[in-house]
Amino acid sequence: MTEQLDAGAYNFAYLDEQTKRMIRRAILKAIAVPGYQVPFASREMPMPYGWGTGGVQVTAACLVPEDRLKVIDQGADDTTNAVSIRRFFQRTAGVATTEATAEATVIQTRHRIPETPLKAGQILVYQVPIPEPLRFLEPRETETRKMHALEEYGLMHVKLYEDIARHGQIATSYAYPVRVEGRYVMDPSPIPKFDNPKLGNNPAIQLFGAGREQRIYALPPWSRVESLDFDDHPFRPSKAPHRCDLCGAGHSYLDEVITDDAGGRMFVCSDTDFCAGRRARGHRGRLAAEASAPPPHPSPTRGEGGAPSDGLAQGGAALASPPPRGEGLGAGGAGPEGTA
Amino acid sequence: MTAHALQGGFAEAPVQSARAFREILEAMARPGTIRRVAGAEPPSPLSVAAGVALLTLCDPTTGLHLAGAADCPAVRDWVAFHIGAPLVAAEVADFALGTWEALQPVSRFRIGQPDYPDRSATLIVESERLVNHGPALTGPGIETATWLNLPETAAFRANRALFPLGFDCLFTAGDRIAGLPRSTRVEKI
Repeated sequence: MTEQLDAGAYNFAYLDEQTKRMIRRAILKAIAVPGYQVPFASREMPMPYGWGTGGVQVTAACLVPEDRLKVIDQGADDTTNAVSIRRFFQRTAGVATTEATAEATVIQTRHRIPETPLKAGQILVYQVPIPEPLRFLEPRETETRKMHALEEYGLMHVKLYEDIARHGQIATSYAYPVRVEGRYVMDPSPIPKFDNPKLGNNPAIQLFGAGREQRIYALPPWSRVESLDFDDHPFRPSKAPHRCDLCGAGHSYLDEVITDDAGGRMFVCSDTDFCAGRRARGHRGRLAAEASAPPPHPSPTRGEGGAPSDGLAQGGAALASPPPRGEGLGAGGAGPEGTA
Repeated sequence: MTAHALQGGFAEAPVQSARAFREILEAMARPGTIRRVAGAEPPSPLSVAAGVALLTLCDPTTGLHLAGAADCPAVRDWVAFHIGAPLVAAEVADFALGTWEALQPVSRFRIGQPDYPDRSATLIVESERLVNHGPALTGPGIETATWLNLPETAAFRANRALFPLGFDCLFTAGDRIAGLPRSTRVEKI
């Protein structure tokens, strides 16, 4: 307690007690009605909307001093958003932090579910930008509320059908809508649909906080969660058809990183803890020669002419044991996933 | 107001209520599991767990209904001093506290509206004891099944039939607490 007072005389976990009680009541109702968005009186936080104010408020309402907090942004522990939220709670709640998924008791996440399976006793807190899955189909809150009350989700199926009619497949690749316990259609936040199968039957408690939109919703452990689909177009989780270039994992979600201005690219696990853990156990990917270097996140393209990034790509190519051909260096940006 | 009413609250509210909420959250998210809470010493006949639940969840913005023996001057004074929740009729209560018998008929409590199912009552049901023996519970938060000594099953089955409307329950006995949200299916006995 004294060290919390030393840390700038914040109340434990920043928020005042009345606010936390209000959020806690909303969380309990959200747990009682899985997938339903409970309105709550979202507060101004010392960070802008869009930086996870909803998740931060939910985390603040759940934290206890004994917790070990992990914060990830698109799977990474070391990006600005993750680092600043982690520091925020170190300072205002005095909690321990970690980057290891297995050691964390509370994990706040932006747009990913960790690759390492969660377990009972853990809480996964999502930062949600637009909690209403029907919002882009029906802009009026009064109407979407009625649609949820009447279980009127035909419009969502029409949208997915139009995807098929136009593209030959369901083109929605993130924030893929799910149905919870056969009742509410829910936006799982902009996680890639690769992560959707981890939403259901998960032993951890999953809480979703949308600060600007003032909504909290939840998935209790072991909830039944189905991604919407059709009998003849079943749901398929997707990822880039590659292996991680650092750890060689073939079953993790990958980020594409541009390594030079000549079309060079590499694919790396978006979950930095998972990737680092695999490399520590000796797994090696195609470009893993500079193994001791931290996972390359898009710093290369900065300022002068791409000299450092060329160095990175060529260094990797020169040292990797089977010389990589085509794929990364020669292909000159002709990859299918280039833009779009 | 007696001097006793001034005692028995959280000594260190931010941390104690955080720990208590975490236990209540786990209890509600995993129906049928029994958790322990600490930190409150409410006047008789309230249990420690009921006192903790009130201190953690209620405040001047939530209407509280005291039912049966819980509706006594000592409890009223304690609630007034530590919590400040307005004492209200059952029909408009956000929280209600009492034994299962005292809370009857439970059909009078708010169950929310179709567009706002969260606007429903939470019942804090004082029990003699809590054990993992009784009707089987299944549903969200439960991997296969759990068991809890519920006072009856018909009322909870009727409540589940209202889903997504319905009231939610916290059962308290001594320092033990268990949750039964409206989403839980209760075995017919």
